[in-house]
Amino acid sequence: MSGDHLSRVDPEELYRDLSRSNLPPTKRWYLVAGLLLLVVLWGTGCFVYMMKTGMWVTGLNRPVMWGVFIATFVFWIGLSHSGTLISAILRLTNATWRAPILRGAEAMTAFTLMVGGLFPLIHIGRNWRFYYMIPYPNSRELWPNLRSPLMWDAVAINTYLLGSLTFLYFGMIPDLAIARDRSTGWRKRFYSALALGFRGSHSEWRRYHIASTLFAILIIPVAVSVHSIVGWDFAMAKVPGWHSTIFAPYFVTGAIFSGIAGVVLVMAALRKAYRLERVLTTVQFENLGKLLCVMSLLWGYFYFAEFLTVWYNRNPEEWEVFRSYGGHYLPLWLSMVVCNFVIPFPMLCMRRVRRSVPALCFVSFLVVIGMYAERILIVVPSLARRNDPFIWNNYFPSWVELSILAAALAMFLLLYIVFAKLFPIVAVSDVQERLFQATDRAVGRTTVETIARPEGHGEGGHG
Amino acid sequence: MKHKWAMAIDLDRCTGCGACVAACVAENNIPTVGEAEAGMGRLMQWIRVARYWDEEHAGANAVYLPVLCMQCERAPCETVCPVYATYHNDDGLNAMAYNRCVGTRYCANNCPYSVRVFNWRDHVWEKPLDEQLSPDLSVRSRGVMEKCTFCIQRIRRAKEAAAAEKRPIRDGEVAPACVQTCPPGALLFGDIEDPDSEISRKLSDPRRFRLMEHLGTEPRVWYLKRRKGAGL
Repeated sequence: MSGDHLSRVDPEELYRDLSRSNLPPTKRWYLVAGLLLLVVLWGTGCFVYMMKTGMWVTGLNRPVMWGVFIATFVFWIGLSHSGTLISAILRLTNATWRAPILRGAEAMTAFTLMVGGLFPLIHIGRNWRFYYMIPYPNSRELWPNLRSPLMWDAVAINTYLLGSLTFLYFGMIPDLAIARDRSTGWRKRFYSALALGFRGSHSEWRRYHIASTLFAILIIPVAVSVHSIVGWDFAMAKVPGWHSTIFAPYFVTGAIFSGIAGVVLVMAALRKAYRLERVLTTVQFENLGKLLCVMSLLWGYFYFAEFLTVWYNRNPEEWEVFRSYGGHYLPLWLSMVVCNFVIPFPMLCMRRVRRSVPALCFVSFLVVIGMYAERILIVVPSLARRNDPFIWNNYFPSWVELSILAAALAMFLLLYIVFAKLFPIVAVSDVQERLFQATDRAVGRTTVETIARPEGHGEGGHG
Repeated sequence: MKHKWAMAIDLDRCTGCGACVAACVAENNIPTVGEAEAGMGRLMQWIRVARYWDEEHAGANAVYLPVLCMQCERAPCETVCPVYATYHNDDGLNAMAYNRCVGTRYCANNCPYSVRVFNWRDHVWEKPLDEQLSPDLSVRSRGVMEKCTFCIQRIRRAKEAAAAEKRPIRDGEVAPACVQTCPPGALLFGDIEDPDSEISRKLSDPRRFRLMEHLGTEPRVWYLKRRKGAGL
């Protein structure tokens, strides 16, 4: 560990360091936010145009009735799995290194779900009638069809969104209390209202720890089920290339894979923008790099398993879909395999890459690209090479679709920078708790960070 | 009175002329989309005549396969619709409630025959073509799915006529527009619940098969396999 290790930093200075994102916005912030807002407005305009004139402004056709909107939906929902992994699974496994990244990852979960959840609504032909899918009492006694995987999807994603928002807010309460105690003016009133009178007494902390453990345990099955169900949107259908039992675990794996890559990118951006180098150290990045390495391997395994069964079986309907990966869709297929496995896996095996933030960011960027290519490959070729060769057709998104995709990305970034401006983007209390437990010990010629665990129950702070 | 409407398509007789397609367009208020949209794969026709070649060389014989909604008894489109916009009616037909459809297009993906078409836009009929729109069925708005109904409006008419005269529907009384039009008489429509109907007799032909039968969708459209080569 370097000379300015955190345990030698006093709490006031630590808070100042961690809350730098909450400083009054600069001109540059307004410029960035304004640009993002412009992109969002442009995309919204495109959406309204599409709604008014019909879906013919997209590249969709028969048989490719689902296109980039659905692929992007799957992609964003996949990214959302990062936060749950970092805050819930790593919490239960007692990985204390996660403290500085957990808030950023949880916020990412909430915002990717918000953005991703819009896509099914953007995608449907009569958006203004979306409420037909809600089971509301009506005089015609019409109900949604619960046999449809789309209904499972709607239920799962709403549950996950509500759950992760609650999780995000709940975990923030002690940090909001710290912010309340150190702020003035409207911010003071804002944080006071949100901190719900948290004082940090022993009983409050005890309840807080019990509740956060419960939240962590409850959110994991929700997260796993959400992406399983997204996988079942495809696997339940009688479409060659979709109808496969491997889809649920394969989707969850892919989701966590892209989620971790997303967290690496967001964390690197936060670290750069708010000079968080002292809390977001190579420890965090190396550990994320290790996780990414494992997920890359797992993804490769699942893909191999799926490919092998189809290749060996040579069921003509399925094989035509796979053949198109080597034909019309070869560029997409190559980007997927290269960006998801061929480059990331060997690179992440190297300690040098995992410990270098730019290198890790490069790999994560590749993974995000590769996973996006994978989502498109799942949705489009299976439809484009349906059972009847007479209607085979290809698909390329139109400028309207691409504008809406850009707007979604801008919306995510905008939500994120506004959140970082208003809320503690680093979990201050968790970092403090971790520092409280950590000491540097000399082992031979080097110093090693050691973590003491609270007696009785082996857990860190909120997870 | 329970019915089981079915269709038989004799591939020995089909010449691939496309009269069925034209008749269907005229009967069911189906819009024409123009060359550009058709090239993008956005034809709205409920029946298509798929053309295949029996061998891969110049001078090979064409095989024509009229494909329309198979009115599956175990329809994959119905289970996936989140709002019951497509459902099974009492006659065992796949019906569409256009007003209920929200346009998820999941049904179209799950239909192995790809016979469902989507209204990518609001269609216009230039004057005086709008005068010939049938009042028996609606003109579908943008954003909803549609597909062959076996000319359900004609079935309803026949039922009403039969009920008024207090008699069962006679065999051959109902014919969808495609069946009525088919010049070589390749298409046949009828009630397979009635063992003496023409279609019931026709379906005892050993040439019969159903499209993608291995998928277990139990289509109500039967094909009679081609025995002769073209022009023989």
